Amino acid sequence: MKLFKVFVLTLSSIIMSCFAHADDMKVGFIYIGPPGDHGWNYQHDVGRKAVDEAFGEKVETVYQENVPESADAERVMTQMVLSGADMIFATSFGYMDPVLNVAKKFPNVKFEHATGYKTADNVSTYSARFYEGRSVIGHIAGNMTKSNTIGYVASFPIPEVVRGINSAYLAAKATNPNVEFKIIWIFTWYDPAKEADAAKTLIQQGADVIMQHVDSSAIMTVAEEAGVYAFGQASDMSAFGPNAHLTAIINGWGPYYVKRVQQAMDGTWKGGEQTFDGIGDGMVVIGNMSDKIPDSVKKEAQAIADGIASGKLHSFTGPVNKQDGSPWLAAGETADIGTLLGMNFYVEGIEGDIPQ
Amino acid sequence: MNMGDINLSLLFASLIVAATPVLLAALGELIVEKTGVLNLGVEGMMIFGAITGFIATIETGSPWLGFLFSILGGISLAFIFAIVTQVFRANQVASGLALTLFGLGLSSLLGYSYTGIKPAAFPDMHVPYLSELPFLGIILFQHDPIIYFSIFAVFSVYLLFRNSRLGLILKAVGENHDSAHALGYNVILIRFLTILVGGAFAGLGGGYLSLVRVPQWTEGMTAGAGWIALALVVFASWQPFRLLVGAYIFGGVTLLQLNLQALGVEINVALLSMSPYLVTIAVLVFMSARRAKGSLEAPRSLGKTFFGL
Repeated sequence: MKLFKVFVLTLSSIIMSCFAHADDMKVGFIYIGPPGDHGWNYQHDVGRKAVDEAFGEKVETVYQENVPESADAERVMTQMVLSGADMIFATSFGYMDPVLNVAKKFPNVKFEHATGYKTADNVSTYSARFYEGRSVIGHIAGNMTKSNTIGYVASFPIPEVVRGINSAYLAAKATNPNVEFKIIWIFTWYDPAKEADAAKTLIQQGADVIMQHVDSSAIMTVAEEAGVYAFGQASDMSAFGPNAHLTAIINGWGPYYVKRVQQAMDGTWKGGEQTFDGIGDGMVVIGNMSDKIPDSVKKEAQAIADGIASGKLHSFTGPVNKQDGSPWLAAGETADIGTLLGMNFYVEGIEGDIPQ
Repeated sequence: MNMGDINLSLLFASLIVAATPVLLAALGELIVEKTGVLNLGVEGMMIFGAITGFIATIETGSPWLGFLFSILGGISLAFIFAIVTQVFRANQVASGLALTLFGLGLSSLLGYSYTGIKPAAFPDMHVPYLSELPFLGIILFQHDPIIYFSIFAVFSVYLLFRNSRLGLILKAVGENHDSAHALGYNVILIRFLTILVGGAFAGLGGGYLSLVRVPQWTEGMTAGAGWIALALVVFASWQPFRLLVGAYIFGGVTLLQLNLQALGVEINVALLSMSPYLVTIAVLVFMSARRAKGSLEAPRSLGKTFFGL
C-alpha cells in the first residue's frame, strides 16, 4: 500500500512538473538528509511549505533530499538550475563551496546558503543564532540535572557547534556551579546508530540530561528508554520521548524563506548579504516546556528567552575566560559577531579538546 | 579525567548489543562461504531485513513478527542471488555487489514513509537467578532474546562443522565441488539452500539494527556493517568462535572510543575513530598467525561457479 502511494506521488509529481511552466518562479531546496528526520531537514521542509502556501500558484518549489556535501551537491544544483530553478536554498554547511562553484556558472540564479560564511554577488548566507536557544536549554539543563553531569553529542567541530556548546555551558554553569559537560564528537550529522551509541555512553558515564547537535531523533528515543532527560533539536521531538523531552530549540525558517522569495520576485533581492537572526526574529523558537520542569525554572528560562529576544541579554556576556584561562570578555562586555562566527575555542571550565 | 567513570559491566553489556548485527550477518556469510559461495550482498540483505522488519513491526505492533519479516526479507534477497548465481551461473562477485546496491535502493523506496516513527519496544529477557549475579549478570544475562540466540547460533555453527555429517557435506561442497558431485551430492541445491540461510542471518542482523539497537528506520542505516561482516569472516579464518571474538572486539573498541571521548582523554579523535578497525584486524591476524597453516585457508572452491552435471 505504502509502495503504491510512493509510486503515485512520484508519478503525479512528474506529471505536475510537465504542466508547471505557468509559474512565475521556481525555487529549489537541497537537503542533507530526508525531510522525515523530524529534525534539521524537516524544519527546512516546513519552511519550503510556507513558501508554497504564501505564494500559491506563483511559485513552484522543488527539493532534493539526501544530497551529500560533495561534488554531488554541485551536480544536483546544476540539474535544478537547468530544469528552470531561479533561486536555490542550500541548507547545510558543507554545501558552501559547491554553492559558490555553481553560482559562478549561473550568475542570474539567486543562491541562499545556510550556516556558511562565503558569499558572492548572487550568493547570500543565512543562519540562526541557535546559541541563543542553547542559553535557554542550558539553564534548564543546569537545574534539571541531579548528577551534575550533562552529556552533549556533537557533530563536526565547526564554529556553529562549538558556539552552542559554550553557550549552553555558560548558562548551565551560571545556574549550577557544579555542573560538568561530557562531550562526544561523532563526525556525522545523521547516523542514528552512532548517535544512539554516543547517547548511551554518556548516560552510562553518569549524564542525566543529554543535549545534541546532530539531526535525528535517536538520542531522544535512547533518553526515554534510559529514563533521563533530553532536548529536541531543530524540531519538537516529544513524540519520541514523552517523558524525556524537556523542550526543544525549533528552527523557524519559514518567515525568512518567504521574505527572500518575495524580494526575489520584487527585484530587491541582493547577494552578498549575511543574515544571522535569533529568538527576537523568530528564526529560533523555544518549544513547549515539559511539565517535568518546575514552574520557577520555566519562568526563569522564559525570562532568559525574552531578555535575549529584546536584546537586554546576550548569551556571551563577560567576564568569560577561554579554556586556557586567558581572558576573552571583560565584565559586561558581549561577544562580537566576528568571534562568534569563527569560534574555535572552549570557554573556561569545559574539559577536553576540540578535535582539529 | 577519571577512568572510574567507565562502568565496565555496562560497557561490556552494550558492546554485545552493538556487535550483534554484525555478528549475525557474519555468521550467515560464514556458512555460505563454507559451501564455496561468496555473497558480497550482505550489506544489501541486512538493510533490506532492517526495513522489512521495521515495516512489519510498525504495521502489526509486534517486534516478534518484525524479526520474522526481517528474516524473510533477507531470504527473499538471497533468493534472487541464489537464482542468479546457482541456476543461471552468473559471476558471484558481480551479482553480490549488484545485490547490495539493489537492497540499498529498494529499502530506501520502501522505507520512504517510515522515517521518524518509533517501533514497538522489544523487551529484555532477564535470565532468572543468573541475571542477579554481580558484574556477569549485567553483562550476560540481562539481554533480549536475539542476543541469546546469536550466541547459541555461534555454538551451533561450531558444532555443525565440527561434529555433524551435514557439516562435512557442506565443507565437501565448499572445498571441492566436483568431488562432492561425484559422491552424489547435489551441489547446486545445497548451495542454493545455504545462500538462503545466509540471507536469513543477514536479514535478522539488519532487523536487530532497526528494531533494537537504534531503534528507528533511516536510509542507509547499516552504514557499512555488511562489509565489516564480510571482512570479519576472512579475518576469523572461517571459524565461528573467532568470529564472535572479532565482532565483540570491534563493538567493544567502537564503544570504548566513545567512552574515552566522554572522559576527555587527550587522544586525537580521528585516531580513536579508526581504532576499531585497526584493533580488530590486528587481533585476528595475531590469532591466526599462531595456527597451523592448513586450517586457515579459504574453502578451496570459494567463489567458483559449479558447472558439472
